[in-house]
Amino acid sequence: MSNKVDQNRREFVSVATKTAAATVVAPGVLLHAMAQANLRSEPVTDKVRYGLLIDTTKCADGCSDCVTGCEKENGLDMLVEPEGASAEDWDRQRPRWIRTVKVKDRLTGQLSTLPLMCQHCENPPCADVCPTGASFRRADGIAMVDRHICIGCRYCMMACPYKARSFIHEEVERKPTIAPRGKGCVESCNLCVQRRDNGESTTACQDACKHGAIVFGDLNDPGSEISKALREQNTRQLRADLKLNTGVRYRGI
Amino acid sequence: MVKTVTGILLIVATLFSMGVMAEGQRQNAVIEGSKAASLDACVAPTSLMRRKHFELIKHQRDITVHQGIRKTDDSLAGCIDCHVAKDSHGKYIPVNGVNPETGEKQFCAGCHEYAGVEPPCFSCHATVPTKSGK
Repeated sequence: MSNKVDQNRREFVSVATKTAAATVVAPGVLLHAMAQANLRSEPVTDKVRYGLLIDTTKCADGCSDCVTGCEKENGLDMLVEPEGASAEDWDRQRPRWIRTVKVKDRLTGQLSTLPLMCQHCENPPCADVCPTGASFRRADGIAMVDRHICIGCRYCMMACPYKARSFIHEEVERKPTIAPRGKGCVESCNLCVQRRDNGESTTACQDACKHGAIVFGDLNDPGSEISKALREQNTRQLRADLKLNTGVRYRGI
Repeated sequence: MVKTVTGILLIVATLFSMGVMAEGQRQNAVIEGSKAASLDACVAPTSLMRRKHFELIKHQRDITVHQGIRKTDDSLAGCIDCHVAKDSHGKYIPVNGVNPETGEKQFCAGCHEYAGVEPPCFSCHATVPTKSGK
């Protein structure tokens, strides 16, 4: 409830700022202010913890719409195969934020297809091992890489039990503004952090999934769709034995 | 005494001409046809921007990455949005590149080359504005 009040106040302040801007500044500057209207101006807090719920019972075998959606949003589809690389190497090493994985219960033979991305652990091993502090967990629960201080040692890739991280091996010709990317840095799913800071409520994978298998939301807000679903359904963490308290939960495995 | 006065006059004249030069450079440095060319000054006075712009973005980058604050004037994306120019076909020219038609070095490249600095911004960051993430 208090969140709602804060939100209204924020909107009021935002409107007030815009009105003030309209009356005072030049047209060019006004345009700039308008474009920034939804952008975050306060630091993220741990009152929010973002996460995903993936319902593998809705995941269709052979479907990779979430992967395509993710790659389009985060510019991974702009990467080109380096000259002289074998197709096999490229396929194995190209950066991917989501992989589709098949898991089989050896006893029953039950087969599930699921998208696997960074699990946004509460205690992320990637951040534990990072020698420079480039791997970190943002206050709102997003495990991220600060590429400004990443030295490309790839220790985090070794530490991650989910094989969620990729390394950029070559110079990158084309990169989107919202997802900078360059040779010698590690990267992984950041829950579309640009959308988080822009007041949007979905992730690209969620938008791309036509089966409705992916729900994104705030795990700390009892009223959010994801929290309600988690309360009502039987869900699991991958490798729960590692006690990482992941932000990504799965149903049906 | 005469010598001293002449000396002072010389110094004053030199300072004045430097001021004029700086003014001339200001008008030339901004690429014609970019949004920046239509504005009087950047997010801070020109003299400050010339010497300290990297400090502004370097400070901001940590705040943006770690705290998520993107509502700011000191953003690299802002530099590019404002200082990028288009070629005669209306296509953006990378801010760290050269206009292929005129050979004119673009805003970032022109000065960085002159100053002999190679900031690594553009090995990762986009050099043209990209809409809806592209």
